[in-house]
Amino acid sequence: MPTRSCDVIVIGAGPNGLAVAIRLAKAGRKVLILERQATERPGFAPGFTAPPLAHLSYNLDPRVEAGMNLSSHGLTWAAPVLDTTAVSSDGHHLRLSGRDLGKVDGPLSPEDRLAWAALSARLTRFASVLRPFRDMPPPRLAKGVGNDLWALAKIGLRARLMGKAEFRELLRMFLTNTYDVLNDELSDPLLKGALAFDATLGTWLGPRSPNSLLPWLDRLSGGGPRLPAGGMGALAASMRNSAMAAGVTIRSGASVGRALIEGGRATGVVLDGGEELRAPLIVSAVSPKSTLLGLVGPQALDTGLVNRIRHQKARGGAAKLHLALSGVPDFRGADLKTRLVLAPSEEHVERAFNPVKYGQVPDTPVMEVLLPSAHEAGHAPAGQHLLTAVVQYAPHNPADRDAARADMLKAALAQLEAHSPGIGGLITHAELLMPYDIETIWGLPGGNWHAGELSIEQMLFLRPLPGLSQYRTPVQGLWLASAGCHPGGGVSGTPGWNAAAAIERAGE
Amino acid sequence: MNVLTHYETPLLQSPFHARTAAANKMHSWGNWGGYASVLTYEDLAMEHAAIRNTASVYDLCPMVKYRITGPDAAAYLNRLTVRNAAKLSVGSVHYTVWCDDAGKLEDDGTLFRLGAHDYRLCCQERHLPWLLDSAFGFDVAVREETEEVAALSLQGPTSAAALSAAGFDVTALKPFRMADFPFGRGRLMISRTGFTGDLGYELWTTPDLALNLWDHIFAAGELLGIRPIGSDALNLARLETGFVITNYDFTPAQQAVREDRARSPFEMGLDWLIDWDKGQFTGRQALLAEKAKGSKWAFVGVEIDGNISAEGAVLYHDRKTEAGVVTGACWSPTLKKSIALAQVERRFLAKGNLWAEIYALRELHYAKLMQRVRVVDRPFFAPDRRRATPPGRF
Repeated sequence: MPTRSCDVIVIGAGPNGLAVAIRLAKAGRKVLILERQATERPGFAPGFTAPPLAHLSYNLDPRVEAGMNLSSHGLTWAAPVLDTTAVSSDGHHLRLSGRDLGKVDGPLSPEDRLAWAALSARLTRFASVLRPFRDMPPPRLAKGVGNDLWALAKIGLRARLMGKAEFRELLRMFLTNTYDVLNDELSDPLLKGALAFDATLGTWLGPRSPNSLLPWLDRLSGGGPRLPAGGMGALAASMRNSAMAAGVTIRSGASVGRALIEGGRATGVVLDGGEELRAPLIVSAVSPKSTLLGLVGPQALDTGLVNRIRHQKARGGAAKLHLALSGVPDFRGADLKTRLVLAPSEEHVERAFNPVKYGQVPDTPVMEVLLPSAHEAGHAPAGQHLLTAVVQYAPHNPADRDAARADMLKAALAQLEAHSPGIGGLITHAELLMPYDIETIWGLPGGNWHAGELSIEQMLFLRPLPGLSQYRTPVQGLWLASAGCHPGGGVSGTPGWNAAAAIERAGE
Repeated sequence: MNVLTHYETPLLQSPFHARTAAANKMHSWGNWGGYASVLTYEDLAMEHAAIRNTASVYDLCPMVKYRITGPDAAAYLNRLTVRNAAKLSVGSVHYTVWCDDAGKLEDDGTLFRLGAHDYRLCCQERHLPWLLDSAFGFDVAVREETEEVAALSLQGPTSAAALSAAGFDVTALKPFRMADFPFGRGRLMISRTGFTGDLGYELWTTPDLALNLWDHIFAAGELLGIRPIGSDALNLARLETGFVITNYDFTPAQQAVREDRARSPFEMGLDWLIDWDKGQFTGRQALLAEKAKGSKWAFVGVEIDGNISAEGAVLYHDRKTEAGVVTGACWSPTLKKSIALAQVERRFLAKGNLWAEIYALRELHYAKLMQRVRVVDRPFFAPDRRRATPPGRF
């Protein structure tokens, strides 16, 4: 029998689902979150928990952190500022520190040192000019559509107040590629490799891809990587605790099969088991593609819109590696409490991207390695270590998925061995999640971190699609609030927070 | 080795070409959808007179035809078109239109329900990519079958008698219904449909039977005044009954280059087709919004003073302010009036006082006429015989 027990149904208990839920709950609404996964994933090795998809916090929205009062719900930082080591295979590592990674320790020429200090300051300046876009609904191009002209004018003014030369530089660099920017300014391959890796992390872009600088600027506006105490799972737990404390109900193991649509209006959802749940407002924090094509279905949408969402690009290029280690690995003396980037040069990053264009596995992937167990206990049994890594690039749809996974694991372990001789002997268990595994586990189309690729043609008012960028769908009462919406992914909660604001503004 | 000779015959020939070419005494050909199509066989006045007084035969083959089959065919067509295709009974035909997401018209056409899960959609323009895109998520097969069907339109007061003489009893066939008959080694489907607003039928068979069908029908109609007609005569008849033609009376949304040129069903007087209660169809949200907000344009039938056809005339309000444009016009041989179809901005429609600026070319000098325009009900001409069942014996 259909029940109506809440005002809002939120689909998906990720950071965006929780962010939208808590904001609406605090405004007095009764919110129910439906989460597909029944329980935590089983650990991949005895005594090791299963790490979540993200292993670092890059861009947690300060509005969400404060609004959800996460610190009082258990969130503390194991590493509030995390330095980066550009790991060299001959031990001559570079350690980048500061929020903009502008300070470098290690063997770097004075010219590069100065050039990078200037470039990192410039990129950070640009990022801070663009930062306010993240907190507002994307502007629309049509006339009289209620754009926040004051906020837009402020962004324009701040950009102009950088001075004519800097403003011109912003316009020159805005859509350019990372490779050219790095080679315009720098010469050290190791530094350029680490930066090229950072710029393209989680995207389906190589350093030489057009507009690859823009996702980097977006990443830099988040304020640098941080590691929560207890890992990213603890951050998620604090968000859940906060939501529940605000009266939000979270139902796990409740997989939504489809949205109920009556007379062009969303009136509820049907769970896979057939149970009907009704609410006047449905917010989907799962990807726009799955929402529109799966939960709503083409039958309830216009053909043109279905075409556009079908063709929305969602290719994941990042694989996730989890290793259980019987002892401490040695990356030729690199500080294990830093973020270790294994990318010998910007050329290496580009060459690692080339094969995935053709569905193949790169021979020498590049990666970001983290040892949570080096920061604190609890991640691994005593004396053992947990290594997690984001490995790029992995094909999202190879001809033979199992073979590609095996090849990718082999290639990744070879890279690790090259930078940390003997690490192979420490490995007791290994788990590699390819983009298609990520799609299966977390429901992200193509395994793309951003629930839809983040590049200029799918950003701002083009995200997730032209006409859908304001979080509202053509189905009345159904809203989008996932990473697939503006401003994109990461464990930020920003799309959810923005969506809640849009819902409140619309008076729905 | 393939011999490429397509450039020697840039226009396709219909399965009736041997007969239409022989009858085309004026050698008057036009391009309809890539086919050589007769404009006037012999004499326009005689051909129009056949539509209204005896029986006329028009080669329909160039009309674009799609076949839609599968368990979701009705649901698919309900999502594609604005009318309710599920309510159309097997053996029936209805007129319908479809729109893009913005609620702007892409085409109009006739939809034939051949079986529970089997439809034929006939229209003016080609739409296969859109129809295939629309099929995503539906269990249907969509294919173009223009070349697999041979069709004639038999229209006029003696058309039923001609069919009876040919051995096809259609006396019980109501408007917008179909009947199936054995013919030669195949089948002939006869629908009581047409584009003339008169008593008439459309005959559907396979290309191999085309010439037999032509000969059979002309033999049967010999004493009933049967004659082939070209597109010019048909155009007069369709104007008299007020039917629209895509790309004549409106520019289809998928072809319009200028943003403001596409027209919605409201703006073409076709909103009566929309079934708001059947569920989703492409353009529904946009059309609901337009319904609430009001439309910019209207489509009307008008009578114009004088006897000069107002083809292409600009309409003015109070002789001064541009208010619209004539999309089709003629001196109606049946009504003995100058009639026209026109797009008019709604704000001027309410005010009345409309005028048509007609340029009549008279021995290389234009005579500029400003004639009064009266909005009248469509159809301009609607004889009872078009609907009478059984049909009258003329």
